[in-house]
Amino acid sequence: MMKYTGKKFIREENLPFFWCAGCGNGIILACLVRAMEENNFSRQDTVIVTGIGCWGKADDYLNTHAFHGTHGRALAIATGIKLAKPSLKVIALVGDGDGATIGGNHLIHAARRNIDITVIMSNNLNYGMTGGQYSGTTPYRAITSTSRYGHVEDEFNISELVRTAGAAYVAKETIANPLQLQRFISRALKKRCGFKFVEAVSICPTHYGKENQLGKAAEMIEGLKKQIVKIDSVKDWGVEKLAGRIIVGEYANREVDGYIKRYREVQKEAMHKK
Amino acid sequence: MPETCVGEKVFMQGNIAVGEAAIAAGARFFAGYPITPSSEIAQHAAYHLPRVGGIYIQMEDEIGSIAAIIGASMAGAKAYTASSGPGISLMNENIGLACMVEAPCVLINVQRAGPSTGLATKPAQGDFFQVRWGTHGDHSIIALSPATVQECFDLTIQAFNFAEQFRTPVFLLMDEIIGKMYETITIPNIQDIKIENRKLAICPPEEFMPYAYSEDLVPLFAPFGDIRINKANGSGHGLDGFPDNDPENYDRLVRRLNDKIEKNKSKICLYKAFNCRKDTEILIVAYGCSVRPGLAVVEQAERYGLKIGLLQLQTLWPFPEQLIMEYSKNVKKIIVPELSLGQLRSEIAGYIRDIPIKGVNKVGGISINPQDIIKVIKTRYE
Repeated sequence: MMKYTGKKFIREENLPFFWCAGCGNGIILACLVRAMEENNFSRQDTVIVTGIGCWGKADDYLNTHAFHGTHGRALAIATGIKLAKPSLKVIALVGDGDGATIGGNHLIHAARRNIDITVIMSNNLNYGMTGGQYSGTTPYRAITSTSRYGHVEDEFNISELVRTAGAAYVAKETIANPLQLQRFISRALKKRCGFKFVEAVSICPTHYGKENQLGKAAEMIEGLKKQIVKIDSVKDWGVEKLAGRIIVGEYANREVDGYIKRYREVQKEAMHKK
Repeated sequence: MPETCVGEKVFMQGNIAVGEAAIAAGARFFAGYPITPSSEIAQHAAYHLPRVGGIYIQMEDEIGSIAAIIGASMAGAKAYTASSGPGISLMNENIGLACMVEAPCVLINVQRAGPSTGLATKPAQGDFFQVRWGTHGDHSIIALSPATVQECFDLTIQAFNFAEQFRTPVFLLMDEIIGKMYETITIPNIQDIKIENRKLAICPPEEFMPYAYSEDLVPLFAPFGDIRINKANGSGHGLDGFPDNDPENYDRLVRRLNDKIEKNKSKICLYKAFNCRKDTEILIVAYGCSVRPGLAVVEQAERYGLKIGLLQLQTLWPFPEQLIMEYSKNVKKIIVPELSLGQLRSEIAGYIRDIPIKGVNKVGGISINPQDIIKVIKTRYE
């Protein structure tokens, strides 16, 4: 796997990344471009769709076709692109604010209709770009710039939600295990039909790490490792035992028709109807 | 091709005429969300588009609908959506995105009585400013408005043509009366319909810049999947599509997005003038469902011993102030009937200072009738 560098998809003149030192986004981007190379993606046939947020800047470092859209709407834009030109490989890059919070409605419906795109969600548990406010994946009691006394709400396990909505492929991994993350992204890209979703649990040392005294980037990554449990091992775990854990692994890997195939079938019948 | 495009006279609903024209204009992508009184347009698309190789998709909301048509447009499709005021309110965010990435698309707004849910089945003309200024930031937009079912067809074709020519979202601003009305119209032969398509980039791939432009200020287009790599960017960008926050660059970008439309006003501003002569004393200025009651007054003018003309605005935005100034040069009074509390009137008043401008305004969800206009005209002569 390491033989793939993914360099051919990187727009080197735009480096260095604008992300903070220690941000997990660079790791996720490296996993993505390597997985793209591994699956023989080409610049011309690939469209990267981003929303707004730290991870939404990822398209600036890529040299494929790209659409840098609006906050939360990447999946709806990606849906239009894919349907208008099904030969394209469409990859949406969204954060937890972008994808799991403001864009939550688009996410569950894209998964339900199994639109044939791949989504890579960078989940760093807060809104990094705007100054570390709480998002839909911020854990209970966490300190953020808008939960000064501890967060009141529970968080989504967003991969579980997407699996329940019907997606063809769902996997979750942390940036503490990039080889496995790359493997999951690669499997998602390989799968031709349906909605593919990979959640990369990341870190935000600048805001979330600082507010919650989790240390610098290296310590935060060590922290992630301690939280990880594999999905097969937690089947009979109760809510209390699962608290504070990150459940990694493949949540779903099923064969589905995908939206395009189904649409074409219905369309074929429509064309022959008087 | 739609079966009705045979150069024949047909009895048709306004909303359906819009749908037929969209397909005749080459539109092959519709994303929408159901809303009264526009739903026939979506239903028409759902029936016809799959049969002509196109895509119909019903999205989870109007925000997703416009996002999908913008995506489809950047992949090269002619795309449209249809809604009413409440749905357009939700679309406003991405209308700005369409302006910014320069995605040609047609947005149909069959107006109903607002604000909020208002009266879902009743007509209004309260979105005159929403379509102009609904999305934030300085931008320009094109809005056309039909007053007959024939115009529903003709102006829909025109809306797609303008969208393609100027790479911009174009509104077709209808209302419940025009959308639901049935009339006999002539559908042109398909070969007689003038169709415009966006200009494509033909340069070598390594020279392509997605936002490079020349005199006409409209960048040449390369669809996603083209050998020329495209980058659509809703954030401030340079000619290459990559971020550029330099004040001079951004100032230039915003001005160009405005100028490419505003500087072509003379091409875009469509209208009809009825009974407008040198000695016309009263000018009625109207659009959409308010044209017909105005015309009835014009036809009866002599009976009242009055010299009345009517200027029908088919293009509402960019605003045709030159046209209105020209037609009102010698008149003593301007009458503006509209189903709002004076949105069109207030825009006219920004340009015409020396002639009294009287509104005929109804917001109860019923149409203006000729008597309403005559009542206002008579106050001058009494």
